[in-house]
Amino acid sequence: MLTLEKRPNPSRAWAIVTPILAVILTMIAGGLMFAVLGKDPVEAIRTIFWDPLFNAQFASYSRPQLLVKAGPLVLIAVGLSFGFRASIWNIGAEGQYIMGAIAAMGVALAFYPTNYWFVFPLMVLAGAFGGWAWAMIPAFLKNRYGTNEILVSLMLVYVAENIESWMAFGPMRNPQGMGFPGSRNLQQYPAAHNSELIAGTGLHWGVVTAGLAVIIGYVLLKRHIFGFNIQVAGQAPRAARFAGVDPKRLFSLCMGLSGACAGLAGMFEVAGPAGQITDSFNVGYGFTAIIVAYLGRLHPIGILLAGLLMALTYIGGEIAQLSLNLPAAAIQAFQGMLLFFLLGVDVLSNYRIRIKRRAQA
Amino acid sequence: MKRRDFLAGTAATGTVLASGLATQASAAEPLKVGFIYLGVPGDGGWTYEHEQARLKMVKHFGNKIETKVIQNVPEGADAERSITQLCLAGCKLIFTTSFGYMDPTINVAKKFPNVKFEMCTGYKDAPNVSNYGGRFYQGRAVIGNIAGHMTKTNKIGYIATFPIPEVVRGINSAFLYARKVNPKAEMKVVWVNTWFDPPKEADAAQALIDSGVDVLMQHTDSTAAMAKAKDAGILAFGQDSDMMQYAPKPRISSIMDNWAPYYIQRAQDVMDGKWTAKDSWLGIDTGIVQVGEISSAVPAAVKADAMALHDRIKAGTEHVFTGPLNKQDGSAWLKAGETASDGALLGMNFYVEGMTGKLPS
Repeated sequence: MLTLEKRPNPSRAWAIVTPILAVILTMIAGGLMFAVLGKDPVEAIRTIFWDPLFNAQFASYSRPQLLVKAGPLVLIAVGLSFGFRASIWNIGAEGQYIMGAIAAMGVALAFYPTNYWFVFPLMVLAGAFGGWAWAMIPAFLKNRYGTNEILVSLMLVYVAENIESWMAFGPMRNPQGMGFPGSRNLQQYPAAHNSELIAGTGLHWGVVTAGLAVIIGYVLLKRHIFGFNIQVAGQAPRAARFAGVDPKRLFSLCMGLSGACAGLAGMFEVAGPAGQITDSFNVGYGFTAIIVAYLGRLHPIGILLAGLLMALTYIGGEIAQLSLNLPAAAIQAFQGMLLFFLLGVDVLSNYRIRIKRRAQA
Repeated sequence: MKRRDFLAGTAATGTVLASGLATQASAAEPLKVGFIYLGVPGDGGWTYEHEQARLKMVKHFGNKIETKVIQNVPEGADAERSITQLCLAGCKLIFTTSFGYMDPTINVAKKFPNVKFEMCTGYKDAPNVSNYGGRFYQGRAVIGNIAGHMTKTNKIGYIATFPIPEVVRGINSAFLYARKVNPKAEMKVVWVNTWFDPPKEADAAQALIDSGVDVLMQHTDSTAAMAKAKDAGILAFGQDSDMMQYAPKPRISSIMDNWAPYYIQRAQDVMDGKWTAKDSWLGIDTGIVQVGEISSAVPAAVKADAMALHDRIKAGTEHVFTGPLNKQDGSAWLKAGETASDGALLGMNFYVEGMTGKLPS
């Protein structure tokens, strides 16, 4: 009979092997699903994982697009990972992402159509501030009244979505938009446009910032007292208090940091790839980033890889849809399998499998 | 980097890519046609009708055509990537089937001057972008006429989606024609801010039923409101697709989109080398907008009156918005005998005189 035995410490070797194992298991299970749908499983899996990177027809375009898609995921996930390590559950990054974008758009529209150099930097500040301020609401309520930050931050996502919709239909509606909803498109406003830094690479300021976030995150986590404090606070709150960590201050810091990262991601997205605030501006980066943070094991480098992997399945999934006529639902199921197996095999790094003889009764 | 240079750079790479693909395609190869869907065909409404048209197109052309579909594409940044991937996959004609794809379509069209784009319900022009849409307000005049005849409480319910010209036009049209046959008719509008959300649609239907409405119209896609109408024993109209499963009561008629004639024509134009960019706003006369069979629950005299109106609109002898007409606030809009221009209709953002309630802005 199989039993699970908790390891005294998580296995380092398994922590590296499990993601690879999960990808292999996904390929097997997903391949079976594609076969049942009447598609060649090998070709389908090659299309999803290989074509975006190496197919001559698509790769030159889709490789840069991986960065564009992974950028906001990584930036938000790195921000969230600090709080998660300290058991601070900011589930509302999606809302903070929206509020960052709205704040940045507000700045851009206030200066439209001037071409001052400071418009873009000011938008960056506004984006970070918007996300930070939205995250401080659950932080304040928790510190002051002991409310649950999971519920408050999550509910504030829906509030933010309604504000976004109101903005798209009301105050921010493009006066030259023929009565249609949605703000001006910042792609047509050079001073505010977050354009590609080097044509054809997909690199925009948001991607650069995500890269910086990974590096800063790594330094903070491994080399800075802040990283130590949050690890201790997460694992042994009492010990942290003895070590002089103020839990309320740490809570505000982590919430604010993750909110600012999400707000920045929203800002770069609205100023660049998306261009406008519409009622469908947010497409779930804030929620997907939670998955990315955990897939990356809350480690900045892991998050970077996880973000790229998620982006790969999105873009590869689209190529599979158009070249193999696979339905979108099959691609989503495939992505779901990947997450399922990644989290499922995680058990191996924390537990050891033992085979025991059943005791005779 | 200056924005001008950036644009020139991407345009150049796009041209190289596009011309590279053009040399690959020989005369014997089928025409590749791409489709971007907002949802999945199973929605039973908007995307379903586009899918039906695609299937009819495939049936019509056989192996002279090859279609490629990407489903569930969010409006905004993801759309731009999906459309580009269809171009890279060799599509020469691409249908982007939702309003929110407009800016992404225009952006991609600049990079692929040899690909033809068909933008559903958009208004921005480019040398290789056509806009197409249906004059659904014509169909709504016919069902407004039926509703005006059939209501006993003189209260007609309308489940509206977003306060955009397309929806406002439909409400005005239905209201005007209900009033023409029933001067006491009132229109009660509920805004649900979604195209497809069955629970919300059902709630809206219930609220309207509770306020005394006995005929229900909707601009939303699902059959949820229809089910509520059935329970309450009132009458309703199908939307986007026929919803015949609810005939003869509560479904007494419907308004349908049938894109097939247009799609087949445009693909033929590309094959013959006759495709040019143009804006098409297609009405009852083209078969794009259809009024579903009027059921046996409607008295013969009412049916005859509605069909006569249908035929007058089809023949072009009656224009739905003909003066004298005032706006809701009493200000003059159209003089006696004057008909509304397409430009005025496309930007319509006000209720006509007699409507109660305030149009959300």
